[in-house]
Amino acid sequence: MMTSEKITFYIDEIECTATQGQSILEAADENGVYIPRLCHQPDLLPGGSCRVCTVSANGRNQAACTTPVANDMIIENGSEEILDLRRAVIEMLFIEGNHYCPMCERSGNCELQAIAYRLKILAPRFPFMFPSRKLDATHPGIFIDGNRCIQCGRCVRAAQQIDKKPILGFIGRGGAVRIKASSTEGLKGVDISPDDACVKACPVGAIIVKDTAYRKPIGERMFDKQPIGSEIEARRTS
Amino acid sequence: MAKPRIATTSLAGCFGCHMSVLDIDERILKLAELVDFDKSPINDIKRFSADCAVGLIEGGCCNDENVEILRAFRKRCKVLVAVGECALMGGLPAMRNGVPLKECLREAYLDGPSVVDGLIPADAELPLLLDQVYPCNEVVKIDYYLPGCPPSADLIWEALVALLTGNDADLPYELIKYD
Repeated sequence: MMTSEKITFYIDEIECTATQGQSILEAADENGVYIPRLCHQPDLLPGGSCRVCTVSANGRNQAACTTPVANDMIIENGSEEILDLRRAVIEMLFIEGNHYCPMCERSGNCELQAIAYRLKILAPRFPFMFPSRKLDATHPGIFIDGNRCIQCGRCVRAAQQIDKKPILGFIGRGGAVRIKASSTEGLKGVDISPDDACVKACPVGAIIVKDTAYRKPIGERMFDKQPIGSEIEARRTS
Repeated sequence: MAKPRIATTSLAGCFGCHMSVLDIDERILKLAELVDFDKSPINDIKRFSADCAVGLIEGGCCNDENVEILRAFRKRCKVLVAVGECALMGGLPAMRNGVPLKECLREAYLDGPSVVDGLIPADAELPLLLDQVYPCNEVVKIDYYLPGCPPSADLIWEALVALLTGNDADLPYELIKYD
């Protein structure tokens, strides 16, 4: 079978092994090399939309989550060029929404913020857009804050692929694309619960379960001390 | 040789970043050896007495006075550092950017639930509010940014020492935080 065939590839000159058919990102994870990502979640089909996992594969910039790894592939993950491209992508996500970290209940546990910390972004290079975005607070236990949404689509895919109920979807196009509950009444009109995978999938503070915020003090939150990806890098035995 | 001078100001901020400057604790004695403080709320000096090496800016620009002070800092300071989320991106005050100014004033001074005999303040002494709150780098050129709400004393210290000694700042993971 092709699928069980072992192949060898290189990330930043580290020799790695993979199974034919794996994406670069999956293979890197297994080899203990962290490639930053936002729209990717291991139990979902890859979205390929955020472009944070962009690597240089044999000299071409590719999204690591959607590009299959190939034998003898040479991958750049930590070059200054790739890091700066990722910084630019993350900075654009910060400026095109309203990401007020000091007053967001996801702060410290937010993947967008954690990747910015890891990439040592001090301030975005682009001007803030301060868009006007809507809040769906119709549901008694859950709300969607469009201000903090990065349109990664993890909730949409989780609703379809894991919860098996298409209760969330995209509306609008291009820069105006938004996440919306599939009911004219908003979240109140759909069958959604805090335990749903689509709720847990949100990497930022856009989908929030009420009465769960600020349970851990500053210093003990997910990314206060350990950079995001540390658990993947820990798999690597040098 | 005269010591380099340092100036600080709080624009549309809460003085939390200045508290964080003071939070360097006894290192402030070392700072006093390295620099002379010029215009700053810490020493209550209101006017620049000389050109400064470093200006620390807390807060964004929400009114015309903020803009005037920020421009004066740009003129008198060789290096301007935006300190904290408000200076960087407007911060809490910038939450009003999604609401027209008229509506903000009406809600605060006329229609608010606790308002009695409301009146929108219009005294000529009061700085004029801007249409929205602007990050500092949209008004003048900013040289360096220290994120945080407030930035930790250690981050401010590391950055100041790096600036004053001309070395690269050593910023470990724990020091870069946005909250």
